[in-house]
Amino acid sequence: MGERFQLTVNGTSTEVEASPDTSLLYALRNDLALKGTRFGCGSGQCGACFVLIDGHPTPACDTPLWSVAGKKIVTVEGLGPKGELHPLQRAFLDEQAAQCAFCTSGILVSAAALLERNHKPTESEVRAALDRNLCRCGSHNRMVRAVLRASGQAS
Amino acid sequence: MNTVTESKLKRAGSLAKNPRLSQWLSVHRDGTVSIFTGKVEIGQGILTALAQIAAEELGLAPERIRMVAADTALSPDEGVTSGSLSIQDSGAALRRACAHARALLLERAAARLNASIRDLRVEDGAVQAAGRSTSFWECASDALFDREVDETAAARPPRDYRVVGKPAPRLDLPDKIAGRPRYLQDMALPGMLFGRVVRPRYGFSKLVSLDDGKVKSMPGLVAIVREGSFVGVLAEREETAIAAQNALRKASDWDAAPPLPQDIHAWLKSHASDHRVISEKTNLEVKSRAASTLEASYTKPYLSHASIGPSCAIAHFQGEKLIVWSQSQGIFNLRRDLALALGMREDKVVVRHAEGAGCYGHNGADDVALDAALLARRAGGRPVQVQWMRDDEFAWAPCGPAMALTLRAALDPQGNVVDWQHELWSNGHSGRPGRSDSPALVAAWHLARPFERPAAINMPLPAGAADRNAIPLYDFPNQRIINYYVREMPVRTSALRSLGAYANVFAIESFMDELALAARVDPITFRLRHLKDLRARAVIEAVARLAKWEEWTPAEGRGHGIGFAKYKNLGAYCAVVAEVEVENEVRVKRHFIAVDVGLVVNPNGVVNQIEGGAIQSTSWTLKEQVKLDERGITSLGWEDYPILKFSEVPAVEVELIDRPELPAVGAGEAAQGPTAAAIANAVAHALGLRVRELPLTSERVIAAIERQ
Repeated sequence: MGERFQLTVNGTSTEVEASPDTSLLYALRNDLALKGTRFGCGSGQCGACFVLIDGHPTPACDTPLWSVAGKKIVTVEGLGPKGELHPLQRAFLDEQAAQCAFCTSGILVSAAALLERNHKPTESEVRAALDRNLCRCGSHNRMVRAVLRASGQAS
Repeated sequence: MNTVTESKLKRAGSLAKNPRLSQWLSVHRDGTVSIFTGKVEIGQGILTALAQIAAEELGLAPERIRMVAADTALSPDEGVTSGSLSIQDSGAALRRACAHARALLLERAAARLNASIRDLRVEDGAVQAAGRSTSFWECASDALFDREVDETAAARPPRDYRVVGKPAPRLDLPDKIAGRPRYLQDMALPGMLFGRVVRPRYGFSKLVSLDDGKVKSMPGLVAIVREGSFVGVLAEREETAIAAQNALRKASDWDAAPPLPQDIHAWLKSHASDHRVISEKTNLEVKSRAASTLEASYTKPYLSHASIGPSCAIAHFQGEKLIVWSQSQGIFNLRRDLALALGMREDKVVVRHAEGAGCYGHNGADDVALDAALLARRAGGRPVQVQWMRDDEFAWAPCGPAMALTLRAALDPQGNVVDWQHELWSNGHSGRPGRSDSPALVAAWHLARPFERPAAINMPLPAGAADRNAIPLYDFPNQRIINYYVREMPVRTSALRSLGAYANVFAIESFMDELALAARVDPITFRLRHLKDLRARAVIEAVARLAKWEEWTPAEGRGHGIGFAKYKNLGAYCAVVAEVEVENEVRVKRHFIAVDVGLVVNPNGVVNQIEGGAIQSTSWTLKEQVKLDERGITSLGWEDYPILKFSEVPAVEVELIDRPELPAVGAGEAAQGPTAAAIANAVAHALGLRVRELPLTSERVIAAIERQ
């Protein structure tokens, strides 16, 4: 059944044995014990499972293992330097920018990609960049403030 | 009557049911304190607020407090974490229990130091007198707390608070924001199997046939479990369980479910099984002054909880004992219904709470626990995790009930309301476990010997359920409020954040604006004219200032509107001013909100709940409705059930009116109704015409414009 796939996750090369159609989400969560990437809808519509693949926010639930061999995968656990939080994560804590926080990992991933390509986004650019991520608790405005704060723009 | 006075005989909060001091806390030798609560963290930040209360009364640094996750084997039974009651129930009990614990610890410390209590110097659990010292950790013992809570022990006066009333960062967020395992979904027990359940595409139909031949041979599949019409799969890997679930969905044949009514609101009005006049006031002399009358009907659709993470549970049979990890709001009630459905003794079942994705009412959390238990029964002693898929949650979790409302009122020549009538039609708003002879769990209704599906019920007033907030807080000389209960349920319904208050407040506050317009009076002036309650007036006046109501500049397609309620007529006061732009589609630009929750425990927590509530209510009000065809629910994914997106979310500004001298009440549901009404009133203000059916979609707005 299983094939071996060489993956680069958070800067570390690792191997997963699974069928080629296995979604990256379950390889991350169940084989590599990286639980920060969440299952939300299974069809790439909510953003809870976003990871960076070669720098692009991508739904892990919709991404089969065979398609990511040899690519650079970054999950929420790997956004910051080893063992440290990413400035976005610190800003999210400073702003208390969550309620249930189930959507947060995917939003951090989208926001990190945004700040990578746009160091000083405007508020509406932040909102546009997060539009593929759903939040149900209504923490949107706090998260937008946190992204602006992380980009060095006081809220 | 607007205030609830505490009787001297009545025990504070949950102490009535859990009077022993040892049920609430335990002081450890390492300088930490375990706090037990039956209330659970569902994304609202309750454990942080309760930790603040405990730290305050014990006089300890908050870092010493360890909040123990609710567990039927360890925790006080505090019923369900619902109704914005946790601060009242658990907070009030913990305040008394911790005050008593501190008094006992000081007594023992004084004895040890051979000093009188008033000569003790106490700082963060360290106690000194006459050059000698001891500590709470040395003085504590199991025996010391093995007694009833003495409520006469002096609690700290609010003016001396050092922890309560200050913003406290949430205890659970560092893990969640770092992406560390914290949710039930993240638990991985040794040998754990993954389970999924196969249900009919529509409704409560029976399994006719199942062709499981191909699925049986899937590598990694452990079992196909079938008990009557309950079908589930167990697999070593999660993706295998999902593949097997998908294959069995295609390979199963179910009989047809009974057809659903298409105009649900007309159907509700013609299917009431019971009605109750819940409030009546008569003053014929004033009524005779009626000069004009108005009538309007409003509707609210079925709403989905639509949490970002579908429900999950883990079940593990250990010998004769069943351990269940669940994100349920009511672990004790769940334990009861699990035991009932599984034919087990209740004392053989332990339910432990584990945090899940956001919970806004009775979703699939309880149901999936029975799914996991039924599969675990066939897992050879291995633990089983069941994660509902997105469509499972949309199709099978209870919906917030659809409601129909008709309001009538009469104005005297001066534009005062002299008569008010409110009728509402709804299914029950509580189908939770623990309240019926039959388990309120989906799988139980599909077993070989199926349990009967209990009808959702309504809790009685004053909190009420379908009729929550149906009695206006305004002082009307004549009024008649009727609650028509519809027992038969075309769609499974249960509690969703604020229950009937959302629709009742939407209708009452929309109608108040319609009356104000007829009376040619400013909506805020009109409300204040009919309102004596001082705290109610204060939030309305505060929000008018915050929003600069009187400085509004009219502009094409723009409008503002107000909505107000005192949640349940017992809890938080909340007034919202919404500002909108309407051009076919409604865009909410800003909300201004004034709130009075009495004593504020965690200001950041209250603001977060109110902001979040207002944004969620904006989403309900503008976009949301469960879609149905004659067979059943057809909105099974986000494409069919859109919610508010980042770019659509309004700015929200919240002002707290702190009243440290008054009891603290919950904030979680206070904004739902007032926000909806404020938006509807702002839309009417912008358009010069009114949309009375929720949600206020562009189709509805265009239809209203065309009707005119």
